[in-house]
Amino acid sequence: MSELSVHPLGEAALCCTLAPPVSLELQQRIWQLADGLRDTVGVQALIPGMNNLTLAFDPLRTDAATLEAAVQTAWARPARRPRAGRLVEIPVVYDGADLDDVARHCQLAPDEVVRRHTQAAYIVYFLGFQPGFAYLAGLDESLHMPRRAEPRVSVPAGSVGIGGAQTGIYPLATPGGWQLIGRTSMPLFDAQAQPPTALSPGDRVRFVAVNA
Amino acid sequence: MIEVLRAGPLATVQDLGRPGWRDRGLSLCGAMDDFALQAGNLLVGNPGDAAALEFTLDAATLRFHADACIAITGSDAEATIDGRPLRPWWRDTVRAGQTLQLGAPRERMRSYVAVRGGIAVPAVLGSRSTDLKAGFGGLAGRALRKGDRLPLLDAQLPPGAGTRRVGMRAPDWNATLRVLPGPEHGDFSAAALAAFEATDWAVTPQSNRMGYRLSGPALARERGGELASHGVLPGVVQVPPSGQPIVLLADAQTTGGYPRIAVVIRADLWKLGQLRLGSRLRFVPCTPDEAVAAWRAQRLLLDQMRSGL
Repeated sequence: MSELSVHPLGEAALCCTLAPPVSLELQQRIWQLADGLRDTVGVQALIPGMNNLTLAFDPLRTDAATLEAAVQTAWARPARRPRAGRLVEIPVVYDGADLDDVARHCQLAPDEVVRRHTQAAYIVYFLGFQPGFAYLAGLDESLHMPRRAEPRVSVPAGSVGIGGAQTGIYPLATPGGWQLIGRTSMPLFDAQAQPPTALSPGDRVRFVAVNA
Repeated sequence: MIEVLRAGPLATVQDLGRPGWRDRGLSLCGAMDDFALQAGNLLVGNPGDAAALEFTLDAATLRFHADACIAITGSDAEATIDGRPLRPWWRDTVRAGQTLQLGAPRERMRSYVAVRGGIAVPAVLGSRSTDLKAGFGGLAGRALRKGDRLPLLDAQLPPGAGTRRVGMRAPDWNATLRVLPGPEHGDFSAAALAAFEATDWAVTPQSNRMGYRLSGPALARERGGELASHGVLPGVVQVPPSGQPIVLLADAQTTGGYPRIAVVIRADLWKLGQLRLGSRLRFVPCTPDEAVAAWRAQRLLLDQMRSGL
């Protein structure tokens, strides 16, 4: 089993990290680790990252050494069956401003970019950066493309883009450097909804091409 | 009800933030000077985490449409009620129809107006804090402006309110922040680590509630490659490839990818909230035990206020 290294992040948080490479199996263990620590005394927040878990705690109710031991105990437990993520289909109008650039870079026709982007099954590894922003694994390697040299000052909410080996959807308008290939009308974040984000870690995602 | 006659550029409703949704990408938010927010609330008889008003750098004018018990904490700004000077860090009474004039801070950055009962904007996902980036919470998810009307949860004054004088001494403020080494501390060169602690870092104008971008000598990272995205918290000091550190604050995003050279201790985060753009700060190392002791002392002070008032 992979060794989990635990480092303090200030006096009120621990950062638990696995050595690369990233894999779905290890990411599932990260989600399980978070689930297993949720009810531990003094734990205030569990933030999964890529191959890591950040744990914030109240140092007046527990201490770093106690929690580090709890983390290692939880990590040593045998892996459970991975949680069955829901399948979430996201309708996308593929008319992004950078679709032609992506097609040229990948030496594919724009339609083929769309076909490959919609064919893959993606997995939500974790959420971060913005409310409801999902880090998705599973982008077809032929569609990997570096970020734009000049980030846009504002990318509209719902934009679907490619940045390096990642694809994703911006839940809110933001400055951003990803290559924009389309947009979705599906809200990814709604503060009034329960839960407030459309996607959760472990969910499977498919993009479905729709007409404008 | 409180009517905003003038708000300044960045006035918001804040409480202690929204800690429970970080794994879904929601920023913590909450008062930048969390000590001042809690002290103000306790002075007026609220729980420490009630919602109050945070004003940034500029003067503000509020008209009260009901009697209210208030306290102003945080900055060193002057304040008056219909021309009568109000003592900061003390409880006071405003009568319906009176106007609170809050001056601009002289050296510090943020003033808090706590009102008995708390500001009654709806709680969203467990908090009344304004999330300016995501546009929710607080009053309509935005900064206050002229004409806004803020509901109060309970404008009733307790019997005898305003007759008993209650106050506290403002905490000593300075721009020296105690830090603990971050997970990537050892990746930096000895020269970079020495410079980190020896420099009077300038807070650049590109700073905001998300983080303070500092300017000084470039800090070189000697070891380690690209980091996988990881969780970050207010107080984390990141060093992007430019070598110019960024101190993350209340509205920071939940994950990042830059090396973390240090973490400002919890008990010193409020000092950052009072640090002006263009001013300078210094980092000094401490130990985890000192950090916890400082946090315990701060909590104890607030607990003593709660039971003593």
